[in-house]
Amino acid sequence: MAVTGIILVLFLIAHMLGNLKIFTGETSFDHYAHWLREIGTPLLPSTWYLWIQRTVLTVAVLAHIVSATVLATRARAARPVPYAHRRKIHVNYAARTMRWGGVIILLFVIYHILDLTTGHLNPQGDAANPYGNVVQDFAADRWYVTLFYTLAIVTLGFHLRHGAFSAFRSLGQQTPKGERRARAAALVFAVALCAGYLVVPFAVLTGLVA
Amino acid sequence: MNLTLRIWRQKGPEDKGQMVTYQVQDVSPDMSFLEMLDVLNERLILDGDEPVAFDHDCREGICGMCSLMINGEAHGPQRGTTACQLHMRQFSDGDTIDIEPWRARAFPVVKDLVVDRNAFDKIIAAGGYITAPTGSAPEAHSTPVAKADADAAFSSAACIGCGACVAACPNGSGMLFTAAKITQLSLLPQGQPERYTRVIGMVDAHDEAGFGGCTNIGECAAACPKGIPLNTIGRLNRDYLKATSKRAGTPGS
Repeated sequence: MAVTGIILVLFLIAHMLGNLKIFTGETSFDHYAHWLREIGTPLLPSTWYLWIQRTVLTVAVLAHIVSATVLATRARAARPVPYAHRRKIHVNYAARTMRWGGVIILLFVIYHILDLTTGHLNPQGDAANPYGNVVQDFAADRWYVTLFYTLAIVTLGFHLRHGAFSAFRSLGQQTPKGERRARAAALVFAVALCAGYLVVPFAVLTGLVA
Repeated sequence: MNLTLRIWRQKGPEDKGQMVTYQVQDVSPDMSFLEMLDVLNERLILDGDEPVAFDHDCREGICGMCSLMINGEAHGPQRGTTACQLHMRQFSDGDTIDIEPWRARAFPVVKDLVVDRNAFDKIIAAGGYITAPTGSAPEAHSTPVAKADADAAFSSAACIGCGACVAACPNGSGMLFTAAKITQLSLLPQGQPERYTRVIGMVDAHDEAGFGGCTNIGECAAACPKGIPLNTIGRLNRDYLKATSKRAGTPGS
């Protein structure tokens, strides 16, 4: 879980920084989007890097899901008779929503690829003009798209808040002081990533990016 | 005070079991929780009914025998306290209290509130010991131990093996117990010779017993009557990573 999670988190950081290029204007953003297809040229043929990255991410996502499924099945098998009365002492909303949160994030990723990568669910869907796709996508009359996007990103934030701490712990974080630091770092990181992703649709919605 | 108890009654391992309601009158707030159950049992015996079976031994919070899920919390509402040291002043007149056994596949119910915790013994047998010669206590200064290590080892050694961590864990994992038993030895010089075979052997025994996997939620440490900290599991993880990358020795040998 930790290793595949870290690969996905590295992608999330790069993706967020890329998104923020939208504030540098249409030409710059479109140039960045096209450059993504040219990374590694002339060492690699065009779009090869992109496909290598996509393969790595797909493998990481699948491995992440397989590990989570193994843990969930083991947990179910470990307690065949449930409690009649159960009270949770340690209130940690993030840790409790990891499994269903993961499912929501997966559904969002599928929608997101069909929307802004392949363009099937995008009102414009023009591969040559990614800036326009984003602006059309988060237009005010398509408020439900922005709402779903926001919910998915907040779910991702919760997932990362526990996930990032849990990754440190799984990889051997062992002191009480380090635990406080790891929890604080996970929280700050989750909030920063959420903010970085949410600022784009709300900038479109408020007309800051048009 | 007068209380309504809803207690899990199960005649034997094969019985299906159910929650049964009892009324207890005139409970003193100074009684311990187990004394309150004794009062109920004495009445059940006088009425010719089968008394409620529950585990208990020292009744002073150090043996780890009592194992009651009280209102959905392992050992009841008071933190850092075993069920035997829980007093009825924690409850109020007219309360309904639900009492259930630990629920885990690795801890099958023997009768009523008594569960079989042999799975923990199997984990210990897989490496929870040292091969140093036993006998009289050695001279304390002959093997110096850093104060911080001694303190951390001692806080792990406080584990009484009651199983509250398993009972409280949403995954039914026994990782806090396993981690406490591993790190009380791995932090000390006497535990070094088997350090890396121990961690593999004990984690394997934990998984074979049918416990769930740890997802670092932290419910175990909150429920632990001895306050074993969650970072103990991090120590286990680090030893496990080192042990698996070393590929040396046979597990549990």
